[in-house]
Amino acid sequence: MVLNPLIKFFGSLRLTVVCLALGMVLIFAGTMAEVHLGLYQSQNEFFRSFIVFWRPENSPWKIPVLPGGYLLGGVLLLNLVAAHSERFTFNRKKAGIWMAHTGLILLLLGQLLTDMLAHESTMHLRVGEARNYSESERAFELAVSDVTDPKATQVVAIPDRLLLKHGDLRTADLPFTVRVHTYYANSALTNQAAAGFQPAVAPDATGAGGLWLKAVPHETDDKLRDLPSGVVEIVTPQGSAGSWLVSSYLGTPQTFTWQNRKYELLLRPERFYRPYSLQLQEFKHDVYKGTDVPKNFSSRLVLNRPDTGEHRDVLIYMNNPLRYAGETFYQASFDTDDQGTILQVVHNPSWITPYLACLLVGAGLVVQFLTHLVPFLKRRRAA
Amino acid sequence: MKTTTPKVMKWIPWLTVLILAGWLLSTFWQPPETGFHTRDFGKLPVLLNGRIQPFDSVARNSLLQIRTRQSLGEVTADQWLVELMMKPDAADKQPVFRIDNLELLNLLVLSEKDKYYSFNDLQPHAADIDKEAQRIDAVDPSSRSVFEQQLMKLFNATQVYQRLKLTLAPPDSKDLALELASYQKLIPDGVAAVRAKEAGQKYDGTTLNDFLGYLAAYDDMSKYALPLVLPPLQDAKTRDDWQNLGANLIGLSQGKDLNPAVKNYAAMVSAYQNNRPDEFNQALDEYSQWVGKWYPVETGKGVHEAFYNFFQAFYKAIVLYVLAFLLAVTALLTFAIAPRASETLRRTAFYLVLLTGLVHTFAIVFRMVLEGRPPVTNLYSSAIFIGWGCVVLGLILERVFAVGLGAAVASFAGFVTLVIAQNLAIDGDTMEMMRAVLDTNFWLATHVVVVTLGYASTFMAGFLAITYILLGLGTPLLEQKVGQIELGKVLTKMVYAIVCFATLFSFTGTVLGGIWADQSWGRFWGWDPKENGALLIVLWNAIILHARWGGLVRDRGIMCLAVFGNIVTSFSWFGVNMLGIGLHSYGFMEAAFKWLMLFIISQVAIIVLGLLPARFWKSFHAKKPAPNLAAVVPAKV
Repeated sequence: MVLNPLIKFFGSLRLTVVCLALGMVLIFAGTMAEVHLGLYQSQNEFFRSFIVFWRPENSPWKIPVLPGGYLLGGVLLLNLVAAHSERFTFNRKKAGIWMAHTGLILLLLGQLLTDMLAHESTMHLRVGEARNYSESERAFELAVSDVTDPKATQVVAIPDRLLLKHGDLRTADLPFTVRVHTYYANSALTNQAAAGFQPAVAPDATGAGGLWLKAVPHETDDKLRDLPSGVVEIVTPQGSAGSWLVSSYLGTPQTFTWQNRKYELLLRPERFYRPYSLQLQEFKHDVYKGTDVPKNFSSRLVLNRPDTGEHRDVLIYMNNPLRYAGETFYQASFDTDDQGTILQVVHNPSWITPYLACLLVGAGLVVQFLTHLVPFLKRRRAA
Repeated sequence: MKTTTPKVMKWIPWLTVLILAGWLLSTFWQPPETGFHTRDFGKLPVLLNGRIQPFDSVARNSLLQIRTRQSLGEVTADQWLVELMMKPDAADKQPVFRIDNLELLNLLVLSEKDKYYSFNDLQPHAADIDKEAQRIDAVDPSSRSVFEQQLMKLFNATQVYQRLKLTLAPPDSKDLALELASYQKLIPDGVAAVRAKEAGQKYDGTTLNDFLGYLAAYDDMSKYALPLVLPPLQDAKTRDDWQNLGANLIGLSQGKDLNPAVKNYAAMVSAYQNNRPDEFNQALDEYSQWVGKWYPVETGKGVHEAFYNFFQAFYKAIVLYVLAFLLAVTALLTFAIAPRASETLRRTAFYLVLLTGLVHTFAIVFRMVLEGRPPVTNLYSSAIFIGWGCVVLGLILERVFAVGLGAAVASFAGFVTLVIAQNLAIDGDTMEMMRAVLDTNFWLATHVVVVTLGYASTFMAGFLAITYILLGLGTPLLEQKVGQIELGKVLTKMVYAIVCFATLFSFTGTVLGGIWADQSWGRFWGWDPKENGALLIVLWNAIILHARWGGLVRDRGIMCLAVFGNIVTSFSWFGVNMLGIGLHSYGFMEAAFKWLMLFIISQVAIIVLGLLPARFWKSFHAKKPAPNLAAVVPAKV
């Protein structure tokens, strides 16, 4: 059969060893790269990729140097499955290996699922503040709000991946077109002309003057984030209503009026709304007496859910998250003045897989080694 | 194997171990103290680094930081600390500051032959130290020159030194008890004078000045004194609400209560200042009884930790491991020539490793109880625990294959890891409190312990492989039969078994770490450098196993792979901490980096040796080609 040599190749131990060795090189290189690229960027380039490229400075070339995490993980998965289908027959002596390898398959698949399905965001609360949404750590959105009636604000949020494409954005929910002239994923702003900066205005020089912006490379420091900015123009059927700078540096929205309706433009971290809210009652940052070594961080919150009438106190502290409605809220960070908390919100439907995988592999290894060790020791004793 | 071993030979191992055990027990005994009972003083509990500890620990850890030793030759750490806190003028003449850097010595105009210098030696150039330290403070620690690092170290040492001085008495105190009494008497008038001055009324200038003089001195004490020496008052909110002397004395002028311990400490200080040992000892006894009655837990902690410090179990274990190693190696090298003597030596070594392992275990357990923590809480204790893991594995191997290899590698690993630990302890307190994220005994007990055992077993396999390569290259011993199989085969079996264990421990430990991460911040795997390091070990062990199963490598290949495991493990254990990123980073360690590089180079060299063709090996070169030639050549002729 044609498939046989293929199965043989994919099921070979040689391939296992090669994949594992390449995996080590990849992890080592990725770890070293974390020093310069930061955790996030390095993860994307080395581990969440099929091929790792090397881009020599000042050159348009992309030279593939290593298989990425997805490729290696995929091949290892194939290797495991092929090896078992081809070589292994199930018997008592091999039970441990079977368990360990099944656990590994589960682990690899589980991590793939996590990569695809897990969703992380953060919720930043000042003391006393209540929020019913969390925010993306990296993605932004342009919120176009009709605030004519303060009681019924209409918001249309445009995700930044659309802004990055530039051009005209139209939706049935907005009576006008949003034309993106400039959008930088990471940017710098100044209030005076400087080298490399361009005036934050539309090409026809309309729009709010007095500010200059430029694109800057992605942030590599893990403590910092990209801060995008752009210039958008509102194009109505009657013509341009004006151009505005939208920027994550600006805390307040840009406003304009068109056809007697008031609108606001705000570039903000992407929001994820929930049918319940959390209100921060108290944040505590305990240190060990006589030192500034942190002993504990904790947030006392009120969980409020109108549709079910739930209203209760919850306490989140280190190593003790809140699990609610399929999501987990962790104590992640805090404001420097100790008056605000930052919770990490994670939704991960495949969270259970590593637990099962660990059990399977651990038990499998124990079984396997014992099936060899016990007879060996018996023989020694007999000898 | 022998039937006629003389009785003496049988008893030698037991006798040796018994004598050494007797020596160990004898070191529990402390001769009674004459003069000032500084050793008892050293047991008093204080609060420093967020934890209760005895003065003795404060003294030793400070001396380690300042002098890189735990004593000043004849002068014990306790004696030094008491003098520093109570009679600082005398202490300033003691050579306690260690300075090795020539540039630094030049800056301070000191001769380079002394190595240790007194505070008075440094005084003329204190301003230079401060000025340089201010400048260097702004320099990123990882890009400081050797001179800059050494200067900062000295600067920090002088800071600790000066802060310790302010712990029990204000500067220039001559008789603390008397001074306190007059301060207390002065408080009503002094407060009145301050109020009068503020209200613009008449006041007595001398009273005001005296009063403000006291307050200024106590203010310095309250700001800078290092350990908190006064136990919490009865109405204190928490048990760790300890105070320093200065703060309490200032509080006195604001109508707060005098802490009862102040009187005792003042009496001790006065007695010491005026060289009256009996009064000192009496005040010390009174205070010990009082604090023991009201703060039994803290007092117990102080007494036990002082004992732990005194016993220096790890130091003694180092000595015994060296002895055991020498015995085991001699046994190993002579088993072909003098089997009986070799067996006696081997058994002595085995029992000795067992005895030392017990000391090692005792010290780890003692430390765990003192800290109320699982065995591994920081890099220092990880070194100790890795050593312990290796020793246990080695003892098991020795029990199964009684050839001296297990004992040799166990004692070697125990010795090396404890030496590493001693060097890691130089920064001071090794029982520091756990940062918030790490403050969980459950995960420290599971993930950290298991992953550390993974390190230990990978190292163990690596050390055994080194033995194989060195013995194989340098001696014909690998071909010698031990019982029914050759020594080389025994080693192969050992390495294989240990690699299996290493795979189990490192995998389970790594995944447990992932589960901890999932529990704590919702991410099973974050590609943090330390996680990656642990994963590298798992993968490497898996490679060794699969390469063996697939027949890709034979015995010598496996040995070379196992030696490379040492490099992978040392990178994961130490190397990733030097990258300074992620949740597990402990900062950059210049000196450790040099040693890590040396270690890696040495391991590469051993691998190269291991790859030499068999004809260069003393153990195998004679065997295989020769008989074949003999069989083939005559036929052709």
